[in-house]
Amino acid sequence: MKKLSAIIGARRTWAWPYVLFLILFVLLPLLLIFVYAFTTPTGEFTLKNFVQFFNTSEAVNTFIYSIAIALLTTIICLLLGYPAAYIMATAELKTPAVMAMLFILPMWINFLLRTLATVELFNMFSIPLGEGALLYGMCYDFLPFMIYPIYNTLQKMDRSLIEAAHDLGANGREVFAKVILPLSTPGIYSGIIMVFMPTVSTFAISELLTRNKITLFGSLIQRAFGEGGLQMWNYGAALSLIMLLIIGLTSFFGNKDEQEAQSVI
Amino acid sequence: MMKQELSSAQLEAKKRARDLTTKRIFAQSYLWLLLVLLYAPIVLIIFFSFTRSKVLGNWTGFTFGLYENLFTGYDRVAQVHVDPNMYHALWYTLIIALIAATFATLLGTLAAIGIYNMRQKSRKAIQFMNSIPMINPDILTGISLFLLFVFLGISRGLTTVIIAHVVFCTPYVVLSVMPRLTKMNPNIYEAALDLGATPFQALRKVMMPELWPGMLSGFILSITLSIDDFGVTFFTKGSGGLNTLSTFIYADARKGGLTPELRPLFSLIFLTMLVLLIIINWRAAKQTKMN
Repeated sequence: MKKLSAIIGARRTWAWPYVLFLILFVLLPLLLIFVYAFTTPTGEFTLKNFVQFFNTSEAVNTFIYSIAIALLTTIICLLLGYPAAYIMATAELKTPAVMAMLFILPMWINFLLRTLATVELFNMFSIPLGEGALLYGMCYDFLPFMIYPIYNTLQKMDRSLIEAAHDLGANGREVFAKVILPLSTPGIYSGIIMVFMPTVSTFAISELLTRNKITLFGSLIQRAFGEGGLQMWNYGAALSLIMLLIIGLTSFFGNKDEQEAQSVI
Repeated sequence: MMKQELSSAQLEAKKRARDLTTKRIFAQSYLWLLLVLLYAPIVLIIFFSFTRSKVLGNWTGFTFGLYENLFTGYDRVAQVHVDPNMYHALWYTLIIALIAATFATLLGTLAAIGIYNMRQKSRKAIQFMNSIPMINPDILTGISLFLLFVFLGISRGLTTVIIAHVVFCTPYVVLSVMPRLTKMNPNIYEAALDLGATPFQALRKVMMPELWPGMLSGFILSITLSIDDFGVTFFTKGSGGLNTLSTFIYADARKGGLTPELRPLFSLIFLTMLVLLIIINWRAAKQTKMN
């Protein structure tokens, strides 16, 4: 009994339940994606699932198309979001906190419902539901995720650095390019990751926005598990593994860049 | 001569001030433009919650009819019941969010205390594992858990959805509690033990009062994430008819027609959030003024 209370008393043991939980519900499931991706429905080792992906030109095209759409969405969000975050953080608004809140509040309405309402808006102005609608909808859904981290880093920025740059003779453009922009890179990186990751993997938004006219990689995965039946699970797992690879690479480079950016400061 | 110089300097200053104001007006109108675009679909939903038409975008006259339907569950005009599945979905959304957030808060708080007291190496390893559910897109979290439940032969339903929500909520609780721990005096827990408290008493009476702001923000964040989730729920809910509002809307939209009563429902949710945010802001402003 005494031993038990000693174990509980040592606070590092308090994380054990969570460690167990993580192993069972995070690591094991990811391992299962690997296992399913490299096996047949009867459980034998195979590379067939990947061969099937690379031999289906439609699947490969969808994959490349999804990455292109996600990149484009991320770039547009950055171009639209950076100025917004910059204005919110630097312009003397009477109520900057309220402004930030206003950009987050829409997220409280279910994103699927907002997406459907956007579709209705397009219909009202008889705008065709295609690629343009898809890009608009994706930017619409993820713009706040770009604005918020950039706004946060800009707000924490040491203002005296800007004044110092001005005092040392830099003009407005130089101050922005050489002081403000480098200082806000951590925010830009997390914004890019927070927009790119969900857009490259989304499946519902594209289906609703284009009435199934445009298929993204996420939908391909969802169909393999949803409508494909048991036979398709292994193929779906292979597709998931490819997606996991993209996510891993993005977060790895993002992480490295972010660390570099922080070391600059 | 003197007078002239002064006036030219004044003119210069005036011009610069004018430039600044135009710049500011331009900058602010950019923000407002973005906000208009951001709120346009929401305004549409609220606007069309005051008409009875089946489809969004078709105005058939002002009425509180949909609100009446929402609260009575019965459409007097069409003489049909409002889809009961919508109420079930609402109920499950709330239940799942509350239970998952509670578990996530307890599990995450204990984990944060544990991780904080670990050696550097194991600490890094667990923090890495903790970041996986945050980085993973919901489709991958959903599919990996789907495969797990299939693999273990667990039939999917309410329990599996709650487990899945705890998976993606807990990391955020850990991250919100951690900063409170670094601010806390590490010796007070030991002091409590030395003075004869059991570990549980020390946790409850000494650590909890210091940690609760972090726990609360973790809890609220968990509720938000849980209510907003679609992808993870979609893959872990099974085919037994269990739906949250997200999956209900998705299924509804795929069938073609969206249940009209969703419009007043989300208008009310939005209004509640707006009021809550205004109150929080107002109280925060008052507090800073007092300090």
